[in-house]
Formats: sequence, C-alpha cells, structure tokens
Amino acid sequence: MIDKRFASAREAVADVRDGATVMIGGFGEAGSPIELIHALIDQGAKGLTVISNNTGTGLVGLAALLRAGRVRKVVCSFPKTAGSTVFPDLYRAGKVELELVPQGTLAERIRAGGAGIAAFYTPTAAGTPLADGKETRVFNGREHVLEHGLRADFTLIKGRIADTHGNVLFHRTARNFAPMMATAAAVTIVQAAEVVEAGALDAEAIVTPGIFVDRVVHMPSPALESALNEAGASYA
Amino acid sequence: MSVAAKTTEAPVGWAREGIAERVAQDIPNGSYVNLGIGIPELVAKFVPAGRTLVYHTENGLLGMGPSPAAGQGDPELINAGKRRVTMMPGAAFFDQATSFGMIRGGHLDLSVLGALQVAANGDLANWSTGADDAIPAVGGAMDLVAGVKWVFVMTTHVTKEGTPKLVERCTYPLTGRGVVTRVYSDLAVIDITPKGFQLVELAPGVTFDFAQERTGAPILRPTH
Repeated sequence: MIDKRFASAREAVADVRDGATVMIGGFGEAGSPIELIHALIDQGAKGLTVISNNTGTGLVGLAALLRAGRVRKVVCSFPKTAGSTVFPDLYRAGKVELELVPQGTLAERIRAGGAGIAAFYTPTAAGTPLADGKETRVFNGREHVLEHGLRADFTLIKGRIADTHGNVLFHRTARNFAPMMATAAAVTIVQAAEVVEAGALDAEAIVTPGIFVDRVVHMPSPALESALNEAGASYA
Repeated sequence: MSVAAKTTEAPVGWAREGIAERVAQDIPNGSYVNLGIGIPELVAKFVPAGRTLVYHTENGLLGMGPSPAAGQGDPELINAGKRRVTMMPGAAFFDQATSFGMIRGGHLDLSVLGALQVAANGDLANWSTGADDAIPAVGGAMDLVAGVKWVFVMTTHVTKEGTPKLVERCTYPLTGRGVVTRVYSDLAVIDITPKGFQLVELAPGVTFDFAQERTGAPILRPTH
C-alpha cells in the first residue's frame, strides 16, 4: 500500500539539512506554500539555496525565511516585487547571493533538471549581460546560450487537491512552477487543501503524477501572503 | 484633441490612451497577444469592435480577461503584474515550462512591451538601468523578445528629463538584440528596418522635425 501522507508540515520538512537546495513554488503569492515555508523556518536549516521566481513580500513566507537569515543564495527571475523589502535590504547589505535567471529559462532549467537533461541551448538572453560567461553557439544563424538543468534536495509546493499516491491538481495560476519543481528534487513535498484516497481523482485530469511527489501534507485552509500582510503578520 | 507644436511645453501628440488605441488598430483579429505590465495593459481597452484577441499572461493563463472590481476576484488568478484578473470563455491554465514554450517556440503572435531605450538596430533595453544600487530583476522580458513573432514597443518618445529613448545604440543593459518590430510613442509610429528607424506615421499635430529633434538617431521619411 502506498500512502504518502505526512501528519504535519513540521514532520514533512524535518530532514532538511543545512546547506540544502530548496525549490519553492509560487508566482507572487499564487501557489506559495506558506505553511511549508513557515515549518522550514521553525525547523532551523540554514545556508539554504532557494530556487523560486520571487522573494516574497512583507514579513511572511519566503520573505520571513530570508529575514531569518537562513538563505545563502537565491536563484530567481524577479526579486523586487512591490511590497518586497527583505530581499532588497539583504542584497544591498551583501548578505545574500543572487543568481538572476530569465523566467522562461528558469522554468526550462528546472524542467530539464527533472527530465534528465544536463543542459540546453536557448536564444533567450543572447547578447545580454545575463549571458556573460556562458557558452554560446549559433543555430540557424542565431546565437543561443547554454543553460544548465537545475536540481534540488527538496521541493515545496502547494496544490489544491492531492491523493494518497501523490497525484496533484492545482488551482488556476497557482500552478506556475510547481509541476516542474516536483520533478526536479530528491524529495518533493506538497501541501494540499484537500487530500483524497487514490482512485478518487480523474486520472485524465491529473497535472502532476504521483511518481514526482514524496510527501503530502493536508493543509485545509492555507494562508495567503497578501491576507497575512494586510493583517500586519510577521513570522518568526 | 491634438495641439500644434508651437512650444516644447505644449502637450503634443498622443496621450497614453491614444498610443494604446493606435497599437490596438494594428493587431489582427484572432491574434494571441502578451501585453506587458504597465502602459501596454491599456491596449486591451481599445481593441476595435468585431476583433477577438486571446491574451496570454506568462504566469500561466491563455484567455485572460479584465481585472475584477476592487476587492473581488481570486488571489490565485493573477497576471504577470501580480494583479487579479478574470478568465474568458475558452481560457486555459498551464505551467511555466508550457507557458514559455508558447513564447520561445514562436506560438504567440505579438508582445507589447515598455522600454527604457530602443536602438535603430532593434536592440531593446527595458529591465535595468545598470545603476549600482538597483536590484536586478528581469522576469519574462528576455524570453518574450527572443520568441514572439512581433515585438511592439509602447513608450514615451523621451524620458521625463527630455532625453531620447529612441537611440543609435542602447547604453543600458540589453533585454534582446535586434528584437523590436515597431515602436509606438506619443509622437510617432516608427518601424525598425535594416536601414534604421523608418517613420510610419506621425501623431496628430507632430511635425517630422519635431519628432526627429527628439530622436537619438536619424528617422527615414516614409517612402510613399
């Protein structure tokens, strides 16, 4: 029998060690697994490399993880969303490293990492500062940049509904990076608002097949970054 | 509506909405379109009657509809600017690799973007001024200009300080090389051609010389 359920976010992130690379789903607050991030803050792992499209807003979620000093490096496409002050302050103070990656290249690097592709050529960023120091090659008369696949030790994502085998469906634009990130980590942890028995989901509709998911945490009423920030919340 | 160019202080040419309306006229029925954050978003308001466009937002939605009333909507149904939006009949959600496959793979017809600088060779700079204290952030701009068939730039012709944004060569860090198809400014519509900036149309009340004086490279007059 397969049952990937974990009783709590705390237990699901218990083995994240110092120096781990962690992919965290979300585009802005859509899809951000706030409860798993907060559990990671409580767990205490430090020196983390975080791969995520943004860097959080206010003093909760990703921003709180950064503010707690747990993150050594961020791999990211857009670290200055409105309402984001924690990352800019740390970056200007030289306390966090940034690898800036175009959004589509970030998505494809994660997809490649999960699909066993070591590297690929893309026209994105050719001739720009983000191609500096990278191998280039001309295909069909056009310069392409060699980009490497990304893998992680852990992935934290948010689903709308998951089953006990780890099959996951998402909610609207909260899907964003989660399906690729699920494929690219040694351990993928999903928090889902609803958890059902295997067989209850329409197999034709499943977005992330359970082979990519290791742990499922039931989180019936997940918090939203904007709601927490409007309430003046600050984590840790 | 327009005011003749008597002095440099007088309002001349198109207002923001006027630029948006002019861009909208050039988008064919049935196009798949990505509108960048900010001024380009205005284009959706001016699509001529009878045309249906499908809007793509790179965070994972085709068939994006207008923003809901303030306080309404779904915090996880948002656009690339992280504002709440709605979905139109026939909408579809997808992940980031698929979304940027649409972009990079040439499936989208048109991208409308803002600019810091556009060069006569079609180079675009729109993500960083390269200032030392700036937090670098690029999002999907480099992917859009690398993959979408037509790249329209919507911009004021000069900066707030009066410096031309249409230049011989970009001095800011590039978003892409030779990627811009056409520029829509408050003063003119200008194509990027192998010979440089080519005037398509002047805004009402704008003379050729007025536009040329505010451009950092030669503009070719219309050939017809």
